[in-house]
Amino acid sequence: MASLCFYFQVHQPYRVKDYRVFDVGNDNEYFNDDSERSINNKKILRKVAGKCYLPANAVLLELLKKHPEFKISFSFSGVFLDQLEEFSPETLASFQELIATGRVEVLEETYYHSLSFLYSPEEFRRQVTMHREKIQELFGVTPTVFRNTELIYNNALAHEVERMGYKGIIAEGADHVLGWKSPNFLYRPQGTENIKLMLKNYRLSDDIAFRFSSKEWVDFPLTAPKFAKWANEVNGNGHVINLFMDYETFGEHQWEDTGIFNFLRHLPEEIYKNPNNDFITPSEAIARYEPVAELDVHNFMSWADVERDLSAWLSNPMQHDAIQSIYKLEEDVLATKDEKIISDWRKLQTSDHFYYMCTKWFNDGDVHKYFNPYNTPYEAFIAYMNALQDLRLRVVGHPNYVKKVAVKKLP
Amino acid sequence: MWYNELESFTFYIYFMRVLMFGWEFPPHNSGGLGTACFGLTRALAVKKIEVLFVLPKKVSVTASFMDILFGDERRVKFLEIETTLKPYVTSEGYIRERDKVVSDIYGNTLMQEVKRYALRAREIAKKEHFDVIHAHDWLSFLAGVAAKKVSGKPLILHMHATEFDRTGGQGANEEVYKIEREAMQYADGIIAVSNFTKQKIVEHYGIPADKIQVVHNGIDECDYTSIPDKLADLKKAGQKIVLFAGRITIQKGPEYFIRAAKRVLEVNPNVLFLVAGSGDMERQMMLETASLGISDHVMFMGFLRGDDLNAAYKAADLFVMPSVSEPFGITPLESIIAGTPVLISKQSGVSEVITHALKTDFWDTEDMANKILGAVAHRSLSETLRGNSRQEIKKVNWDVASEKCVSYYEKIICDCGATSDTRYI
Repeated sequence: MASLCFYFQVHQPYRVKDYRVFDVGNDNEYFNDDSERSINNKKILRKVAGKCYLPANAVLLELLKKHPEFKISFSFSGVFLDQLEEFSPETLASFQELIATGRVEVLEETYYHSLSFLYSPEEFRRQVTMHREKIQELFGVTPTVFRNTELIYNNALAHEVERMGYKGIIAEGADHVLGWKSPNFLYRPQGTENIKLMLKNYRLSDDIAFRFSSKEWVDFPLTAPKFAKWANEVNGNGHVINLFMDYETFGEHQWEDTGIFNFLRHLPEEIYKNPNNDFITPSEAIARYEPVAELDVHNFMSWADVERDLSAWLSNPMQHDAIQSIYKLEEDVLATKDEKIISDWRKLQTSDHFYYMCTKWFNDGDVHKYFNPYNTPYEAFIAYMNALQDLRLRVVGHPNYVKKVAVKKLP
Repeated sequence: MWYNELESFTFYIYFMRVLMFGWEFPPHNSGGLGTACFGLTRALAVKKIEVLFVLPKKVSVTASFMDILFGDERRVKFLEIETTLKPYVTSEGYIRERDKVVSDIYGNTLMQEVKRYALRAREIAKKEHFDVIHAHDWLSFLAGVAAKKVSGKPLILHMHATEFDRTGGQGANEEVYKIEREAMQYADGIIAVSNFTKQKIVEHYGIPADKIQVVHNGIDECDYTSIPDKLADLKKAGQKIVLFAGRITIQKGPEYFIRAAKRVLEVNPNVLFLVAGSGDMERQMMLETASLGISDHVMFMGFLRGDDLNAAYKAADLFVMPSVSEPFGITPLESIIAGTPVLISKQSGVSEVITHALKTDFWDTEDMANKILGAVAHRSLSETLRGNSRQEIKKVNWDVASEKCVSYYEKIICDCGATSDTRYI
C-alpha cells in the first residue's frame, strides 16, 4: 500500500519597505507602504491570491467533493493568516471552507515563521502557542503535528516538540541525513519516546514544485498518469510518500499556462486507479504506521537550496549581524508590554528577511533573486537594520524601559 | 606537406595583425581610456595578436616608457604622430575647445588635429600590412575611416564613451556627433564597452543593435600588487572615510556626491568625504561645499594617480561613483581590488558586471545617503560586500575581454570576405 501525504506550506512575510535611515525616529510603519516606489505587501498578497490561493482552493474543493476519501494538509504561518484577514477575507473564507470538510488537516508552526528555535526557546514556545490559538480561532481545529520554519530540524527540536505534546514532526528527507534509508517510512527521532518523524520525499515533491515546467528535464512534460506510475513504484517498499511543497507552486511558481492546475485536478483519479493507493494526512500516517528505525540528526537541516542546511538564512556576516541584533532586543522589547512594539519585533523575526540578505548564489540570479523583492541583498539588509534602529529607539524611549546601569561592586 | 598544413593552420588561427588607433597610453593618460588600451593590448599580445598601436602625441615618451612598450613579450609597436591633441579635457574646457572648432576662428583647433591625425593615418595604412583596423573613440575615428579607405581592410570602432556621456546629456556637439555617427555607419563593426553604451548607440545614433558587440572592460589584479598604506593617518581621528575619485565634471556627478554628503552628515557627523580629482567643476564644488556648511568634512585632494590614488582607495571605507552617464567606469574595480566596497550609479556600464555593490540612481541623493550611512554604520555589510566583490571581479579581466575582441575580429574579417590569400598573416 502506498499512501500519498500532501502538505502545502502557505506563508507570506511582512516584507520591510524601502525604509531609509531618514525614516528612523519619524516612521513606525516598517511594513506598510502604499507608494509605488516600495514593497507593497497588500499588493503582493492580492496578486498571489488571484493567481494561486483562490484557483488552487477551488480545484481542491472540487476534488474533495468528487473523491470522498481524498485528503490533504496545510501549514499556515500566523503572519499569512493576519494578512488574509486584513487584505483578502474572501481567500480566508475559501480556506475555511476546505478545512470545514473535515478532510483537510492543519499543522502547527511558529506564528511568525521565525528562526526562534535557534535563538530563543522561550520565544519559540510563545510563538507556537500563539499559532495554536490562531488556528483554533479561525478554523476550530487543534493541530497535533508540528512543522518548523523551512523544515529546519534536528534532534533537539524533536525533543522540545515532543515535550510540548505533539505526536508528529515533519522534516526534509535530506540525502546527507538519510543515506541509504528511504523517506517513505516513519522514523523515531533519536532519544525520543513517542513522537514520530515524517520526511519529505524531495525527489517526487520537487518533480512537481520545481521541475514541472522545466523543458530541460528528461521527464518533461509531467502528467498525472506518469506521476501515478512513479507513486505506484513505491508500493511494497514504503508506507507513505510525503509530498511537501509551497502552496504557491500552483499558479505562482508554476504558472497556470504550464498546466499545473490540470495536473492537480487529474492526479487523484490516476492515483486511485491502483486500489492499493490512498491519500492520508500526517496525523493519520502517524496513527497508522510505526517508525522503522531511529534517526539521528545532530546538525540542523532544512528544505532550502541544494545544501539543505541553514546557509540560506545564516551564511554571511550581514545575516548573522541582523539576526543577533533582533534577538538581543528580546528582554527589553517584552518588558515594554507594548503590543505594537512586540508585534513589530516579532514580524522582524520572520525568516524571509534573512533569506533576502543571502549572497550565496546572488551572481547566478537563481531562485534567491526570483524570490527577492529587493534589488540586492545589501538593500534588504540596509532597510532591515534601519527599521531595527527605529524599533530600538521606541524601546529605549518607552516608559517601561529600565535602563541598565552598571552597579559598582563594593570593595 | 602535413607539417606545412599544420603550420599554416596554426598561423591562421592564432595570428592576426591589428592596426590600432588610440590617443593615450599609460603613464601618459588622464583617464580610463589609456588604462583600457593598455590592458587590452597586453592581453591581445598574450593571445599572439600583433598590434600596431598609433598614438597622436608629440608629448615626450620617456625611454623607460618605450622600453616597457617594446618589451619582447609585448607584440605592440608604437607609432607616434605629432599633435597637440589632449585626450581628456574637462567638460567645460571640452565644450569651449570644441566650440572653437565649430566656429573655426582659431588656427590650431581640436577638429583640425583630428583631421590631421586622419591624414597621417592614411600614410601609415598605405605602408603597413594588417588584417583589421581598430579605432578607440571619436578622436581616432576619422583616422580609422581613412585607413579603411586606403587599405580596404575591415574597420572596427570601439566606443568607450559617446558625445552624450561626455556632455552629461546637455548640448551634444553636432560635429562630434556627426563624426561618431558617420564613422559608425561606415564601419564594419562596433564594440561597445557595455550594454548601457550599446543602448545609447542604438537610440541616439540609429545604428542597428546587431552591428554592435558588447565587450566589457576588465581589470588585471597583477597591476595592483602593492598598495601603499600612506593615507592611514587620515583614519586616526576615527572618522569613516567616503571617497569620490574621478574628473570633477558634469559626467561624473560630483554635485550629487556633495548633496548626499550633506544628508549623511546630518545623521552621522563622524564621516569624512574625500574628493580625488580635478576638473572644471572643482571650484563650483568647493563653493557648494562651503555654502552647505560642510567644508570641514569634505577634503579636495586634487588629481591623484598611481600609488596616491590606490592609497586613497585603501584608506576609504566606501568608494562612491555617482556618475550621471558612465559608459563603463573602471574606478570601482580598482577600489574593490584595494579592498574597499563600492556604491555605484545604476547609470553605468560597470554596474552590469558587478552585482556585489551598492547601487543607486545618481539623482536619488536620499537613497545614496541612506546607503552610505548603512555602509559606514554596519561592519557586517562592508565585510560581506568586500568578500563577495573581491571574488566577483576575478571574472572581470582583460583576458576575457580580449578573447571576445579576437572572436569579433575573426567574425568581422570573415564577414568582409577575407580569404587566406588576402589575409596579411
